[in-house]
Amino acid sequence: MLYRETGQFKTSYKKDMAIFPIRQDRWALIATLIFVVVGVPLLATEHVIAGYLIPLLIWAIAAIGLNILTGYTGQLSLGHGAFMAVGAYSAYNLAARVPEIPIILVFLLAGLIAAIFGVLVGSPSLRIKGFYLAVATLAAQFFVEWVFATFPWFVGGAASMVIDTPKMTIFGYQITTTLDNYYLVLGFVVVGTLYAKNLVRSEIGRAWMAIRDMDVAAEVIGIRPLYTKLSAFAVSSFYGGVAGALYAFCYVKSVDFTAFDLFVSLKVLFMIIIGGMGSILGCFLGAAFIVVLPIILNEIAHLFAGQIPSAMLSNIEHMIFGGLIIFFLIVEPHGLARLWMTAKEKLRLWPFPH
Amino acid sequence: MKIKKLVVTVFSGLVLSALSVAPVMAAEESDPTKEQFIPVLTYKTGPFAAGGSGFAGGMEDYFTLLNNRDGGINGIKLVWEECDYGYNTERGVECYERLKGKGLKGAPAFQPLSTGVTYALLERAAADKITLIFLGYGRTDATDGRVFPWGFPAITNYWNQSTTKVQFIAQREGGLDKLKGMKIVNLHLKHPYGIETIPVWNAMAEKFGFEVTHIPVPWPGIDQKSLWLQIRKIQPDYVINRNWGISCTVPLREAARIGFPRDHIIGVWWCGAEEDAIPAGAAAEGYIAATFHAVGTDFPVVNDIFEYVYGVMKGNIASSRVGSVYHLRGVSAAIVTTEVIRKAQEKYGVGPISGEEFRWAMENLDLTAERIAELGATGVLPPFKITCADHEGGGSARFQQWDGNAWHFITDWVEPMKDITRPMIEASAAAYAKEKGITPRSGMSMGSDCG
Repeated sequence: MLYRETGQFKTSYKKDMAIFPIRQDRWALIATLIFVVVGVPLLATEHVIAGYLIPLLIWAIAAIGLNILTGYTGQLSLGHGAFMAVGAYSAYNLAARVPEIPIILVFLLAGLIAAIFGVLVGSPSLRIKGFYLAVATLAAQFFVEWVFATFPWFVGGAASMVIDTPKMTIFGYQITTTLDNYYLVLGFVVVGTLYAKNLVRSEIGRAWMAIRDMDVAAEVIGIRPLYTKLSAFAVSSFYGGVAGALYAFCYVKSVDFTAFDLFVSLKVLFMIIIGGMGSILGCFLGAAFIVVLPIILNEIAHLFAGQIPSAMLSNIEHMIFGGLIIFFLIVEPHGLARLWMTAKEKLRLWPFPH
Repeated sequence: MKIKKLVVTVFSGLVLSALSVAPVMAAEESDPTKEQFIPVLTYKTGPFAAGGSGFAGGMEDYFTLLNNRDGGINGIKLVWEECDYGYNTERGVECYERLKGKGLKGAPAFQPLSTGVTYALLERAAADKITLIFLGYGRTDATDGRVFPWGFPAITNYWNQSTTKVQFIAQREGGLDKLKGMKIVNLHLKHPYGIETIPVWNAMAEKFGFEVTHIPVPWPGIDQKSLWLQIRKIQPDYVINRNWGISCTVPLREAARIGFPRDHIIGVWWCGAEEDAIPAGAAAEGYIAATFHAVGTDFPVVNDIFEYVYGVMKGNIASSRVGSVYHLRGVSAAIVTTEVIRKAQEKYGVGPISGEEFRWAMENLDLTAERIAELGATGVLPPFKITCADHEGGGSARFQQWDGNAWHFITDWVEPMKDITRPMIEASAAAYAKEKGITPRSGMSMGSDCG
């Protein structure tokens, strides 16, 4: 009933190809946008913004990046943490060494450097496939960690190899409060998501999916595997790099070489597996599941402080979280996004299913 | 059918008991103007749970002791909330955001118990006007309080600790001149915490003419076989064990395997607990570690904890761990916190203390031997005095040896070589100030004399 499409006629090709062909979806999206821009600062506490939303948005960008590579192009990567690290360290070096560059440009340039690195890492993908490619990207992961742990030049010579991010200003306005950081991240998320959504609907997106579904067949119908695969690597690591830079500048504000280790790569991979491969919405759902859900479980457990021994409280989070992962993978192996799709299909037909 | 019934019964029972518990909690809440909130960041999960649980247990035991024995601090009850972050920096930041606003005047001070989280919080805490205390860990250059008004590496920092180790080696070998030509291996975790002391070791090696080799241990350091082959080739006189968690224990076993004398391995104080030595079994016998507080139950304050906390079943860890290294480190941290609150109450009046008031009291804290004796903690922690220029306040360390069952002191307090560390600290702090655009404080600033 909610999704009744009666009367929504598509009278032009343009309308037929809109991102959100259903009117209700468009409204929901506009409402969400208004809510995150106006509603969140009015309603949410600083803790919710700084502790939940900023990391959620940043990890969602990272997940979009990996989803383009793994979910849409079918190239399994265990090196996404490395791309994030390259982005974070490039942004630091750009911002600290050339303070004249505007900070938004710094993030974009950091993404670009990560993209170049991603193309280098991805170049063997023409010859090696599947799990073997995963191992090759794993090498990038270890290489990057080693570089940032070994050469003090990248951290501005700090003895502890930790970078403290410099101050950020946009047109003379200094980004200091939690809300400033939130809006900055939100801006990147909105633009980045829209761009990614359109990319995967465009010619290149279809080429990526053709490569994913069967690379030989794709080659036969005239898709260049080299260009397609490397462009996926470039776009993917661009998003990863921007996410890494935002993570360093807008969230933790101090990163070291252990901040983007293999666990980070796996974390992003889990996000897209649980959220949904080949779905932009899935990136947000997956990021929420992996990043925010444990915190909420932890907070709920602490409502019972005093009744349950504190060591037990800490472990409840891990026990329930592990159980939920198994539960959702059994219920819907294609991820949370597919659950939403199924629900939507049902709602469109309700109350008269065939 | 039977099983289904059972599941329903158990589940509804759980829900009901949870619901019945909730109002009890609400009833316990009392007047917030008579309560002092203290945040407890901890990790009872994850790879370093042994250290995290002991430390938090010690802190909470001492808070409980003050509440049960004295009715809090001048009648102000101590209340606290734990946040477990599993030694994950990202989650540590979330815990800070979660707890910073609790209590009537917010959280006065945080003790992150992680070098990584300390780095991440330094700027945030300064912006939020909340004090950061890091007893015996990084960041070392926060010792220069003129640049870091909100950070306190109190009692002792890593660089001074490293110099006390050299002093200790010199004492054992019969003078600083004996260091010449000596070979020392700095076996350190490849982690910002592990790397932090490299510059000070290099400076000392140059000054005293010994040779130092830095061997990084890849995180998490469970396998160190190849590193110990390297150490066997170097044939060092001493090995510095600068690890954390399981990576502290592995070197003892590896050393036993290649026959390296255990009493020539000197551990950092994060590698000097029962939890580090016991798993190595006989291989740990003779192992030496630095420390800045006592171990054991033979102190009036620990007896009081048994009587007023564990006696009424309000203990926060297993009673067998009371008086262990991490537990007493937690007790020491709680003594510092509560003494600062007491001092702040003297100036600002009896009531909950804000972060700014706490900071002033911390910067003017003079924990004398007499006061420590009054607390029944003589020997548990050393007396120290904080000033604006010196946020460390002490710097000396003691050395303890593992006899197979327990830690025993083998030295008195060993003085650090501040003539080496102080200029390095000032240079590092000045570089930070320049990068961040901070003007170091001078004259009377924030209620203290900064020279």
